[in-house]
Amino acid sequence: MAAYYDDGDLPRFAEMGADAPALWEKFNAWYGAVFQAGALSEREKSLIALAVAHAVQCPYCIDAYTQDCLEKGSNLEQMTEAAHVAAAIKGGAALVHGLQMRKIAAKISM
Amino acid sequence: MIVELSLLASQHPLALPEQQLQILGNGKCGVKPFDEVLYEAGMDPLAATGVGVLQINVGKLCNQTCKHCHVDAGPDRTAENMSRETFELCLSAVRRIGRPIIDLTGGAPELNPHFRWFVEQVRELGCHVIDRCNLTVLLLAPQRGLAEFLAKHGVEVIASLPYFLAQRTDAQRGDGTFEKSLAALRKLNGLGYGQPGSGLALNLVYNPTGAFLPPDQAALEADFRRELRTRYGVEFSSLYTLTNMPISRYLDFLIRSGNFRRYMRKLAGAFNPVAAEGVMCRTTLSVGWDGTLYDCDFNQMLEIGVSKEVPRHIRDFREVELSTRRVVTGQHCYGCTAGAGSSCGGATA
Repeated sequence: MAAYYDDGDLPRFAEMGADAPALWEKFNAWYGAVFQAGALSEREKSLIALAVAHAVQCPYCIDAYTQDCLEKGSNLEQMTEAAHVAAAIKGGAALVHGLQMRKIAAKISM
Repeated sequence: MIVELSLLASQHPLALPEQQLQILGNGKCGVKPFDEVLYEAGMDPLAATGVGVLQINVGKLCNQTCKHCHVDAGPDRTAENMSRETFELCLSAVRRIGRPIIDLTGGAPELNPHFRWFVEQVRELGCHVIDRCNLTVLLLAPQRGLAEFLAKHGVEVIASLPYFLAQRTDAQRGDGTFEKSLAALRKLNGLGYGQPGSGLALNLVYNPTGAFLPPDQAALEADFRRELRTRYGVEFSSLYTLTNMPISRYLDFLIRSGNFRRYMRKLAGAFNPVAAEGVMCRTTLSVGWDGTLYDCDFNQMLEIGVSKEVPRHIRDFREVELSTRRVVTGQHCYGCTAGAGSSCGGATA
């Protein structure tokens, strides 16, 4: 394998349905429904997806949702802010665990 | 502002239509032949249903050199400008059609020396007239009074504004274009354009500023209306979202940026039979600066004339034959049938 991540794999995503078609169909139907406009607009959902893509550090999702955000009319200011939201939550999540560290340190210290 | 050269002036190979067609040619851009997809959708042959719109490309001269321009227009394109004689032939055809919509495009159509005379003539015949305006032309000193002229004659203005922020607009249309476009929009608003009840329609055109498809038209129109109003105090009537066609300077961008095959796959993958049903070539006849007839402005730039079975020059205009002509298609047609579709009047599906 030349690389773990290959952008040519993204259009092949549907191959995941090859040996589990019923599950793939369920996933597809649910995925499609999730991204339809509801209480949130399609554009807002796409920005959330972009932020999550950064948080889970999925290059396929970042590629797909960068395109999708632009195609939903978002701009780079909004998309960069979305990446910052992801980073802030990731950073905050790391930092808030510091309380565990502090509690444990306190417990085992004199 | 740095004035860029057109592909033609810079002797770029993509200035030649045959070079573009070779790159787009069936099987070479990684997608199925367009005609095959049309056939599978039960829509082959694609036929016109009338000549409700006469779209006249009056020349390739423009004061801008936008990076996505399918015409390869620019300040250096001085050779291709419709003559008074060809305009007269257009007028003769207009009289025979009976009040078609006259859609004037270019280049910057206003830079043709016969533009105002022709507008007066077709308005006298009772035609609705559309001016596809780049906005900045309204600020040029030699064009003084142009906005007032358009308002006086009730001309619908369809103006290019790819985004409501300067960065994306200027990236496509040249540094400083956004600020000038705002000044022109305010001038038009001051004359009543885009204001409810004025009867003066000011419609904006969004083109993606990169290798991606346009957003949903209604959703983006709401964004444009909110942002243009609150940030700049600008009003408009409607927003049309257009897909960039993979030809000319946009094709050059796609190839240079390594996005060509991916973009073609995206267009083809988004083929929508409903959008194909509503393509503008079925109700529009396109006239070139020299009077040659085409199915659309894109075919015109690729020098793909109307079918050989029908009149091919405006001097031979015969409505009956042209109204039911078979439309000539190619791989670039995926641009008009992707997603919500694309036409000079925006989304079609």
